Amino acid sequence: MRERSESIIRNIDWFTVGIYLVLLTLGWLTTYSAVYQAGESDIFDLSRKESKQLMFDGISILLAGSILIIDASFFTATAFFFYGGILFLNLLVLFLGNTVKGSHSWFRFGGFGLQPAELMKFATGLALAKYLSDLNRPDLKKAFVTTMSFILIPMVIIAVLQNETGCALVFLAFIIVLFREGVFPVWLLVFGIASIASAILGLKYPTMFWIFVFVMIVLGVGVFLLSRKKTWRLALILFLGIGFFSGIMHYTPIALDSISPHQQYRIKIWLGLPVTEKVEKKYGYNTNQSMNAIGSGGLWGKGFLEGTVTKNKFVPEHETDFIYCTMGEEGGFVGTSLVVMLYLILIVRIIFMAERQRSDFSRIYGYAVASIFFIHLVVNIGMTIGLLLVIGIPLPFFSYGGSSLIGFTLLLFIFLRLDAQRLMVLR
Amino acid sequence: MNPLAGRKYIILGVVILTAILYISRLAYIQLGTDKYKMSADNQAFKYLTDYPPRGAIYDRNGKLLVFNQVAYDLMIVPREAKGCDTLALCKILNITKEDFLKRLIRLCGNLESAKKDYREYIFESQMLPELNARIQEKLYKLNGFYVQARTVRQYPKPIAAHLLGYIGEVDEKYIEKHPYYKQGDYVGMFGIERGYEDALRGKKGVSIKIRDANNNIQGSYKDGLYDTSSVPGQNLVCTLDAELQEYGELLMQNKIGGLVAMEPGTGEILALVTSPTYDPNMLVGRDFPKNYGKLQKDTLGRPLINRALKSFYPPGSTFKLLNALVAQQEGVLTPSTLYPCARGYPPLGGKPKCHAHASPTNLSGSIATSCNSYYSYVFKSIVENKKYKNSVEGFEAWRNYVLSFGVGKKIGTDLPFEAKGIVPTVSYYDKVFGKGGWRASTVISLGIGQAEVSVTPLQMCNIICCIANRGYYHIPHVIRKVGDKEDPKWREKQFTLVKDRQIYENVIEGMSNVVKAGTGRIAQLPGIEVCGKTGTAQNPHGEDHSVFVLFAPRENPKICIAILVENAGFGATWAAPIASLLSEKYLTGKILRTDLETKMIEGDLIHKHPSGGAKPKPAQH
Repeated sequence: MRERSESIIRNIDWFTVGIYLVLLTLGWLTTYSAVYQAGESDIFDLSRKESKQLMFDGISILLAGSILIIDASFFTATAFFFYGGILFLNLLVLFLGNTVKGSHSWFRFGGFGLQPAELMKFATGLALAKYLSDLNRPDLKKAFVTTMSFILIPMVIIAVLQNETGCALVFLAFIIVLFREGVFPVWLLVFGIASIASAILGLKYPTMFWIFVFVMIVLGVGVFLLSRKKTWRLALILFLGIGFFSGIMHYTPIALDSISPHQQYRIKIWLGLPVTEKVEKKYGYNTNQSMNAIGSGGLWGKGFLEGTVTKNKFVPEHETDFIYCTMGEEGGFVGTSLVVMLYLILIVRIIFMAERQRSDFSRIYGYAVASIFFIHLVVNIGMTIGLLLVIGIPLPFFSYGGSSLIGFTLLLFIFLRLDAQRLMVLR
Repeated sequence: MNPLAGRKYIILGVVILTAILYISRLAYIQLGTDKYKMSADNQAFKYLTDYPPRGAIYDRNGKLLVFNQVAYDLMIVPREAKGCDTLALCKILNITKEDFLKRLIRLCGNLESAKKDYREYIFESQMLPELNARIQEKLYKLNGFYVQARTVRQYPKPIAAHLLGYIGEVDEKYIEKHPYYKQGDYVGMFGIERGYEDALRGKKGVSIKIRDANNNIQGSYKDGLYDTSSVPGQNLVCTLDAELQEYGELLMQNKIGGLVAMEPGTGEILALVTSPTYDPNMLVGRDFPKNYGKLQKDTLGRPLINRALKSFYPPGSTFKLLNALVAQQEGVLTPSTLYPCARGYPPLGGKPKCHAHASPTNLSGSIATSCNSYYSYVFKSIVENKKYKNSVEGFEAWRNYVLSFGVGKKIGTDLPFEAKGIVPTVSYYDKVFGKGGWRASTVISLGIGQAEVSVTPLQMCNIICCIANRGYYHIPHVIRKVGDKEDPKWREKQFTLVKDRQIYENVIEGMSNVVKAGTGRIAQLPGIEVCGKTGTAQNPHGEDHSVFVLFAPRENPKICIAILVENAGFGATWAAPIASLLSEKYLTGKILRTDLETKMIEGDLIHKHPSGGAKPKPAQH
C-alpha cells in the first residue's frame, strides 16, 4: 500500500503543478495591482479583494492537495453523481440564489458567493468521459445525441434561466472532445464553421453577395463535373449547399437589424462596420479602454502598480473579466506574451498527457480540461485585444473570484490524479 | 492504433495557431503603434501649467517702467462644455448668444468639431478681478469653463510704448516654430518684450496629474517625479531715463518724427522717442484688439511705427560732419582748406544751391554756415583722390568709412526691427547710370547728405557718439542688465576707420561754432559748451524735415542727441530747440527757458501736414 502511494506521488506531473503555481502567483499579483489604491493596503483585511483572493488561493491549494490523495476510481464511480448533483445546484440557485445585475447564478454566504455554474464544467467533463468510455460498441448517432444533451442541458439552464450567456458558451468547448472521440460528425463541424464564416462575411461585405453566389455556383459546377460519380445526389447536395450559405449571407444582416440595438451595435463595432461616433463611444467603450490599457504598456510595461488606465476606473471589470488589461499595461508585451505562452504550454501539456492514458476515461476527461482552458483563453484574451466580442468570462487563475478559481483547480487536479494512475485501466 | 488518434494533431495545430495569432496581435497593439499609448496618456494625464511671473523692467534710476498685475483668463474645454449655462455666461460677458457661438467657431473651426475638441482655449482673456468675481459666482453652472490666473503688463507712466513693446497671444504658426509655447500663451511681440522674451518669460512649470474616468484628479503622477516648478522671469534694468523719455515725448507731441538721446561713453540709450506715440496701457488685456485696430487705422500719424528705429531719412547737413572727417583722414582736407561758394557749387553751375554767407570759408566756417558748396568740393576730393585708380575706387573707400560709423547697416542694437538705412553701392550707381557712366559730380548730393543716402535717427545719434568719443562708439542698447548680468558686448569699443583724434577736434570746433555763432545758436546753454549741427532733409513728398544733432559738454560728453521732425522746415526752428531743451533737462535737471518750452510743447505740426505724414522710403539694396 505504501509502495503504491509512493509511486503515485512519483507519477504526479509536477511540471503541470509548477505551471499551476506560477499562474496562481502571477494571477494574485495582478489582482493585487488591479484593486490597489495608493495608500491603502492590508492583506489581512478580509474585506479587501486582494486578501480574499489570497484566501481563495490557499483554499484552492488545499483542495488540490486533497484531490491528489483521492483514488482515481472515485471519480469514475461518482461522475454521474457529480453531474446530477451540480446540475441540481444550478437549478436550486434559481430559487435560493441572489439576483445580481440580472444574473440569477449566485448563492450568497455572508460576504462570499458561490456560482455553481463554475463547477458545472468539471462535472460535465467527468460525465462525458464516463459515458463515452463505458460505450462498448458505439452507436455514434445515439452517442452524439446523448453527449450533446449532456452539454446542452447545463448550457440552456445557465444561459436562459441564470442569464449567464458567457458562462454557458464555454460548454461549446466540449465539441473539441467530441471531435477527438469521433462522436461529433466532421461534416457538421465543417458545416457549422462555414455557416459562421458566411454569416460574418455577409455582415462585413453585404455588397459581395452576388459575387459570392456566382463563385459558389462556379465551384459547385466544377466539383460536379470533376467528380467521378456524377449522381443527382451530389448535384442536389451542392445545390442545397450553395442555397443555404447564400441564404445565410443574405439574411444575416437583415436578422441583425431585428435584434436588440445593444447586441446589434456590439456586433457592428466588433466587425468594424460603420456606426455613429456616439454609438462607437458608448458600445465600444470597453474594448477601446481595454486596448488603450494594453497598447499603452509597450514592451516592458509601466511597472507593477503603475497603470493609469486600469486604475482610475477607465477599464470596467478591471479585476475580473478585464484583468488581462492590468497585465498588459503594467507588464507590457513581455507580460502578456508570457501569459499566453504559459497557457499554451499548459494546454499542450495536458493534451500530451491525455494521449498517454491507458483509460479512455482519463483521456476524454483530459481533453475536456484542455478544451475548457483553451476556450477561456481564446474568449477572454480575444475580447481584451479587440479580436472577439466582449463576452464576460474569467481568465483562469487571474480573474478575481473564488468560484471560478476553485472550479478550475478541481478541473485540473482531478486530471492530474487520473494521470498519476495512467497505467491502470479505470472502469 | 485508433484511427482517431491523428485528430490530436488538428487540435494541437488549432491551439498553437491561436497562440501565434494572439501574440502577433499583442505585438501589434503594444509594440507596433503609438495610437493606444497616446490615447491612454491623453485621458489619464492632465497637465497643469504653472505660469511664472514675467520679469519687470526698471529705468536707469530704478524707476519701475513695467510690472505685472493679476488678471484672469476664462478657459474653455469645448468638449466638456455640454450643458453649460451659456445664457448666464453671455450676460456676464455682455455678449449675445451669436457672439458666443462665433467665438466657439473661431476657436475650433466649426461647432461639430467643438463637440470633440478637448484642448484648452482662452475664451475671454485677461479679465480684471471684478469680472472674475462675477464669473466665479456662476462657475458651477459653466461646465467646461475654468479660470486661470495670469498676469497683464501695467505701465506706471504712459511712456516709451514702442521701446517697451507689448505682448500678445501666440498663434498656430508661431507655436509650430517655437514648441515651447502652447495655445493661449503670451509672447513679446514688439520692442523689449520681444527682444528680451527669453529672459522676461522665465520658464513654465508643469505638474502632471492623474485623472480618473470621471475627470476627477486622483493625485500627482509618480508623486510628482516629472513635475517641474516654474522659474520666474528675470527683471531688466533699462538704460532709459524715464524722466528724459517723458519730457522728450511731451516736447514731441503733435509732431511727427523721432529722437534718440544716448550716453556716448556707454552706448546706452537715454531716450528714444517716436511721435506720435500711444499709451502702452492701451495694448494690454482685453482691449488690445480694439485699441490695436484703432492705432492701425490712424493713417495720419501712424503711431505704431517706431520712427526712431525704423524710418530712415536723408540725413541732410548733419552728414557733412561725416564727410569732413573722412576727407581729413584721406588727407584731402585740412582745417585751413578754403572753398568758394556762389550761392551754390560753382563747378556745376551753382548746384547744389546754398544760402548767402561769407565766402570762401575754412573747415570750421563751413560747418558753422553749413555750406553746401564746400561739401560738394570735399566729397569730390574724396572720390577723385589721386591715390585711387579711379573714382569708383575712391567712392568705395568713402563708403567703407561711412559704414564704419554704423550707417547703411544694422548696428546690432538689442531692439528688434531696426532698419539698415541706405548708403548706395557702386553696383547701384552702375545700374542707374551704366558702368563708368558716373563720376563724383554725378552723385555730388551725397556730400551734403541728400539723394540716395538715408539714415535712421538712431544711426544719426550714433554718428554723433563717434564724434563725441573721438573715434569709436558702443553699440546702442536699451537694456543694461538682465537679472544681474551685463552683456560684455556693450563694453566693446567699435572703432571707426577715422582714427586721428585731431581730425575729430577740428570738426568739433566747427560744431561748437554752430552753437556759439552759427545756425544752431538756439542750442546754447549757460556754462556748458554744446556742440551741434543743424540739418534740413529734403523731402520729395512735402516740406523739408527739420534735423538737429548735438552733444554736450564738449569735453567728457554726457549726452548725444539726434532729432528729426518731419515737414518742420529748417533745422533750427523745431529740431534744435527740442534737442536743446532735452540736453538742458538732462544736464542741469531744470528748464530755465520756459517760454521756449511752452512754444515747443504747444507747437502742432501734425494738423498742418500736407499728406498725412511722410512715408518711409522703400528700402533698396
